[in-house]
Amino acid sequence: MGAIITLSILALLVLYLGLFKANKSLLPVSLVGLLVVIGLLINDWKGLAIPLYNGMILFDHYAVAFSILCTVITLLVFILSKGYFTSSSDHVAEYYTLLLFSLTGAVLVNSFHNLALLFLGIEIMSVALYILVGIRKKDPASNEAAIKYFIMGAFSTGFLLFGITLLYGASGSFDLAMIKGYVTSHPNEVSPLFYGGILLMIIGLIFKVGAAPFHFWTADVYDGAPILITSFMSTVVKIASFAGLLRLFTFSLLPLQDFWIPIFLGIAIITLFIGNLSALMQSSFKRMLVYSSISHAGYMLFAIIGVGINSANAIFVYGASYSLATLTAFAGLILVKRAIGSDHFESFNGLAKKNPYLAAILTIAMLSLAGIPLTAGFIGKFMMFSAVMADYHILLLILAVLNAAVAVYYYLKVVVAMYFRGGEGKHIPINMNYVLLFIVTTVLTILIGVYPNCFMELI
Amino acid sequence: MDNLFLLILTPTIGAIFLLFVCQHTLAKKGALILSLITLGLTIPFICQFNASGDFNYEQSYPWIAALGVNFHIGIDGISFPLLVLTNVLVPLIVLTTFKKSFKGNFYALMFFMQSGLMLVFAAMDAFTFYVGWEAALIPIYFICALWGDGDRIRVNLKFFVYTFFGSLLMLVAILYLHQQVATHDFEWHSFVSLDLDASTQRWIFWAFFIAFAIKIPIFPFHTWQPNTYTHAPAAGTMLLAGIMLKMGVYGLLRWLLPVVPEAVASYGQLVMVLCVFAVVYASIIAIQQQDAKRLIAYSSIAHVGLISAGVFTWNLTGMSGAMMQMVNHGISVVGLFFVLDIIQDRTGSRDLRDLGGIAKQAPRLAIAFLIIVMGAIGLPLTNGFIGEFLLLKGIYEYGIWYAVFGGLTLILGAVYMLRLYQKTMLGTTSERTATFADISGVELYTLIIISGLIIYLGIFPNSLLHISSESLAVLTTFLGR
Repeated sequence: MGAIITLSILALLVLYLGLFKANKSLLPVSLVGLLVVIGLLINDWKGLAIPLYNGMILFDHYAVAFSILCTVITLLVFILSKGYFTSSSDHVAEYYTLLLFSLTGAVLVNSFHNLALLFLGIEIMSVALYILVGIRKKDPASNEAAIKYFIMGAFSTGFLLFGITLLYGASGSFDLAMIKGYVTSHPNEVSPLFYGGILLMIIGLIFKVGAAPFHFWTADVYDGAPILITSFMSTVVKIASFAGLLRLFTFSLLPLQDFWIPIFLGIAIITLFIGNLSALMQSSFKRMLVYSSISHAGYMLFAIIGVGINSANAIFVYGASYSLATLTAFAGLILVKRAIGSDHFESFNGLAKKNPYLAAILTIAMLSLAGIPLTAGFIGKFMMFSAVMADYHILLLILAVLNAAVAVYYYLKVVVAMYFRGGEGKHIPINMNYVLLFIVTTVLTILIGVYPNCFMELI
Repeated sequence: MDNLFLLILTPTIGAIFLLFVCQHTLAKKGALILSLITLGLTIPFICQFNASGDFNYEQSYPWIAALGVNFHIGIDGISFPLLVLTNVLVPLIVLTTFKKSFKGNFYALMFFMQSGLMLVFAAMDAFTFYVGWEAALIPIYFICALWGDGDRIRVNLKFFVYTFFGSLLMLVAILYLHQQVATHDFEWHSFVSLDLDASTQRWIFWAFFIAFAIKIPIFPFHTWQPNTYTHAPAAGTMLLAGIMLKMGVYGLLRWLLPVVPEAVASYGQLVMVLCVFAVVYASIIAIQQQDAKRLIAYSSIAHVGLISAGVFTWNLTGMSGAMMQMVNHGISVVGLFFVLDIIQDRTGSRDLRDLGGIAKQAPRLAIAFLIIVMGAIGLPLTNGFIGEFLLLKGIYEYGIWYAVFGGLTLILGAVYMLRLYQKTMLGTTSERTATFADISGVELYTLIIISGLIIYLGIFPNSLLHISSESLAVLTTFLGR
């Protein structure tokens, strides 16, 4: 709980620091603040948690674990931000403030115990992002992305709100426990309104996680936004949205799983195919990562399809491994784009000759995304696959396997460019903060891949 | 000194150091020493191996408790010859690269692969097996794509995606079997004691079989193989053909046969037809090749077709022949590719039309090559003879018509191998071969070791056969269970 308050105050503090032109202190203050938040969250790790504030928030292990994950990833994004924002804008404080507000929203989504708070969390998270996506005022792509994201996002929130209303209409409460009570006490006579509400909420939340068929915004928005914002959106926001989605469906709607599992099954299959086949066609590394993030959303839905005691852990491990690899990939992209000026696959040509370490690190990230053993990505995929195997969705698994084989092709395209194609160009200088990030992400990726025990039964 | 885990880890640890060596000569020496250390560490295992059909040197550590994964390794008579083969071939392959100038990273990848291969051969836990399976694939992909020639990028991407797809299918099967195990682990012992119904066995069979068939490769999953072999660097081809394809055959013996015996019994005929067809089909293609490396690549398909047929006979003779021939094929194929590499380095071509008359210029090479070719054909007193004899006898016991068509390998194999020998060594010298320098030094010693192994195993096949016979006898008890 202290975490949310600290985050909000931290965001305001950073805003005021910006107002008084203390630009040098922005990053250190934010980093220290985030470390404090992580400390507070760890402190919240108690055996038994009870809902706070009239049942608004529940800081159980689930919420704490996902909040720590989101905060750590934000921390890593902040480490990258040194020198990134200053190159495109004078108003650096806004970046940090908005990212912190968005993180606050993410923590709320992770820990909600009341649908009103879910709505609030999603709005806080998204509104900050609407601004961040369009923050490069003079860049038409950025503006287009912001408008698209805003209009589509507003629509989807509308759906979500309508869904919440219908749930309320049927059950008479916003509280997760009360809704659960309603579902269990009316096993065969759940109101049709309630089913309608579930459908609308699925639409709203699926939009946020960026799964098909509500994925159309992702490509343009992720592509148009500044790379660092894209990396924040495709990691923190995605994980928080998944955490919220899973919490809603496992906590209170579990008895109705016969109704919603087929829906998610369909969504997952379409998402996998659309994400992977589109990623296959891309010539830009950034857009490839965007579509791959859609396909990863498909894999993460597996945990909801095979809902069980391990679902939360599966999403946690998958989310962590995916975020680490994605962050590494985006960081590499920032470096390459800064040096070469393009985010096409060709700009990676011959990178292994010039920067062998950067190439090796990007290769590990790509292998992790592809799900090769001894990297974190494999453990994540393995957990997802065993989650759905528990319910014998063998056809789904075969389709997933086909998609994974397709995916390895486009991930290797980068590796091929880096190692096997020659390219002229110069050595890319890597700042200390990037080195730090690469060390953290790569070590964690391999650690989770080789010995994941301490991460597997967290929740 | 018989810690199996340490043995598996040794190449990896050494490889990490080699990765940073940029000097050619130092890298070579380091690689040779490392491979010899690994071979040396294997010797205690050879001396104390107990060929009673049980697993030796078992080690088990809990790995991922939440998923029920144990790091469980151990070797029996089926895995042991292959493990030794790996550790014998790697130093030889290092020796074949002594005239080249590879940096440390090349050798490092090779040793990473060696660890992966050993893990595959030693794994008694399906998860561990899968990890080794993939861990062996990544390095060889980089070796072939970095140091290959021609259309290496496209060819190797195809190879990688193809095999990766196969292994993912296997992963699905492994997960399913894991789901069935009451104790929720991935142990080999739990998998083989499962009682699966016929329809389940059928799809598990295909999931495993496709994964292994791609790796071996069995017709019609072989399409990646000729191109990958042809465009890989010589050492990469040796690793692929010499050791890596044994992973697939080993997978059949270790995982497919005992886990889904009923399905093997019902699909055995079909697979036998595929294997025997591959023997004839690949041999006929091999006869028409002008590119010597491609010729060996197709001959390899023919040879492993016969080996797989031997596995699927599921009788002791056929499987012993398969074990024997796996080792023989590994040794012969390394020798063949090495000779071709020497020829290509000196003449700049491996097209049979450009070559000829080398025997006059290089009698020592000609003799060594003759021994290797004879081994590949299966002449008595060479290792190939006893392997092919056992294989064909086993296949004959299974069905006479399979043996008739499989037996064509003796004739067709002689045709393409002798054609290879004749077109390169005999005849008139061309302008490319006129100044051919004979082998000496490291090249000579390497070929002497290879020819020595071929003749030794031809005269004393029992030194190999007695290791595996008991374990194979145990395997036959799974049939019709």
